[in-house]
Amino acid sequence: MTANWQGNGGLVAATVLGLVLLLALPQIVDPVMMIELTSYVIMAILALSLGLIWGYGGILCFGQSAFFGIGAYAYAIAVINFGDSTIPLLLSIVVPGLFAALLGYFLFYARITDVYFGVITLTVTLILYKVMGATSGSQYVIGAAPLGGYNGIPAVPPLNLPGRPDVALSFDGLFYLSGLTLLAVYVGLRLMLKSRFGQVVVAIRENERRAELLGYDARFYKLATFAIGGAIAGLAGCLFANWGMFISPDVFGLAQSAQVIIWVIVGGTGTLLGPIVGCFAIQWIATKLGAQQLLNANLVLGTILIGFVLLVPKGVVPTVSDALRRLKFRPYVAPLVEQRRVP
Amino acid sequence: MIEVKNLHSGYGRIPILHGINFTMKPGEVVGILGHNGMGKTTLLRTLVGQIKTTQGRIEFDGRDVTSASSSERARAGIGYVPQGRDIFPLLSVMENLKMGEIMRDGASAIPEMLGHFPVLKDLLERPGRGLSGGQQQILALARCLAGRPKLVLLDEPTEGIQPSIVDLIAEKLGELKVTLGLGIILVEQDIRFIRQLADRVLIIQKGAFVAEISPDQLYDREIVDAHLGI
Repeated sequence: MTANWQGNGGLVAATVLGLVLLLALPQIVDPVMMIELTSYVIMAILALSLGLIWGYGGILCFGQSAFFGIGAYAYAIAVINFGDSTIPLLLSIVVPGLFAALLGYFLFYARITDVYFGVITLTVTLILYKVMGATSGSQYVIGAAPLGGYNGIPAVPPLNLPGRPDVALSFDGLFYLSGLTLLAVYVGLRLMLKSRFGQVVVAIRENERRAELLGYDARFYKLATFAIGGAIAGLAGCLFANWGMFISPDVFGLAQSAQVIIWVIVGGTGTLLGPIVGCFAIQWIATKLGAQQLLNANLVLGTILIGFVLLVPKGVVPTVSDALRRLKFRPYVAPLVEQRRVP
Repeated sequence: MIEVKNLHSGYGRIPILHGINFTMKPGEVVGILGHNGMGKTTLLRTLVGQIKTTQGRIEFDGRDVTSASSSERARAGIGYVPQGRDIFPLLSVMENLKMGEIMRDGASAIPEMLGHFPVLKDLLERPGRGLSGGQQQILALARCLAGRPKLVLLDEPTEGIQPSIVDLIAEKLGELKVTLGLGIILVEQDIRFIRQLADRVLIIQKGAFVAEISPDQLYDREIVDAHLGI
């Protein structure tokens, strides 16, 4: 963990690299690829949210897409009703955050952990999928927004300048906004994890019982982490609704829930870079596989996942970091040599 | 400081403690001796709230903490250094120490802890898992003390530790007992360590205290044999 809590130098370097990529990519990538890249960036924000909850909070949430979907729906419904996107944008963060807080309260304070937590969060997601799917018909409207059942909500109005619904965000603008949001979430989480709150969160992941014996209410810290992760996923959902100008119950589906977990597994838990790398890599492979007829895309992706779980269980980023660290540092010899050690 | 009345607890349906009674004053060190499986660790874990009290009452500093959570008891001033140390292996020594003092108001206790345990000074950036057993024990103790507890529960602190470090720990605890009025409950198999530190010794058998002896009586082979059969 010490190695992961790098100094500010690393953070500045990561920020500069992110800004350079953000400015350079639109100049060198064709417009079709830009559309794909924008979705990768948005999904990377979702991956980061699970990276925080699972990788640092130690909370295995199988239903991260629930918050993503709630954020997307909250934005879509609100922006159709309000016209201006300022409040809908805020709602897309607040509503899933509050939903995560409410769900987390009942789960953490009931001491539900591990696989039970995963199963319950997945069940909640699938319930939302069914519930939203059952909203077809003219009676299912919220204000001026029809929910549309499995057909979803089409023609979701784009983000606009605050207070200026007539100045809508262009597609290039959405790429820049998504990229800046990803960067801001990454930097914000890095700073948060360096703070005392972040240290406590990691300590609870390491040894919850010990942290409680030092005076920390693990339930509260886990709840706060879960709510923050839910809010970030909701923000990603808002951007996703803008990207496709459409939202449907598919965002709550099993496939969406599973792929977030795959991104984090492939990239590596316990890092913030890992989920981003995993998301970009898997999304890119999925795009390439989708463009050919020779191999079944799901079969190849499944094989990749199994390969990673078996051969690179820590994920790409932690494995590469460890290899670099081994090259950089010589083994440490403890100054106080013990005669006997605890087995 | 702490008053325990008719304390019962156990694991699930299996009762382990059967009516523990004792009181302690500030600055007092109470040693608890007993064979394996007699309930020593269970007693400590019940006192810190890791095991639910099924009957009885625990009062700490005049406050009933019987149904308080572990974190509430820790904030009230009960520190615990468990068997096996339980340091955070991936956090550095400094981060481990910070974890200990976060609950504490005012100035950092880390410089003070490094003064008590200078061996940690050269290890501050080292991850906890990179420390030897003795260093981990010192870190666990320093982290606990960084939270400025009024009462420290130590579970077999000398287990697997070289004698020089055992002496260092005994010396520091003896010093803190006097200077800070620190109360200590010491579960230990090492009779020499208990003799060095304890004001009195409680013998536990089958989940209940059966005798109270003075540390000097631990020199008496007959008394030791009678209570402990060792």
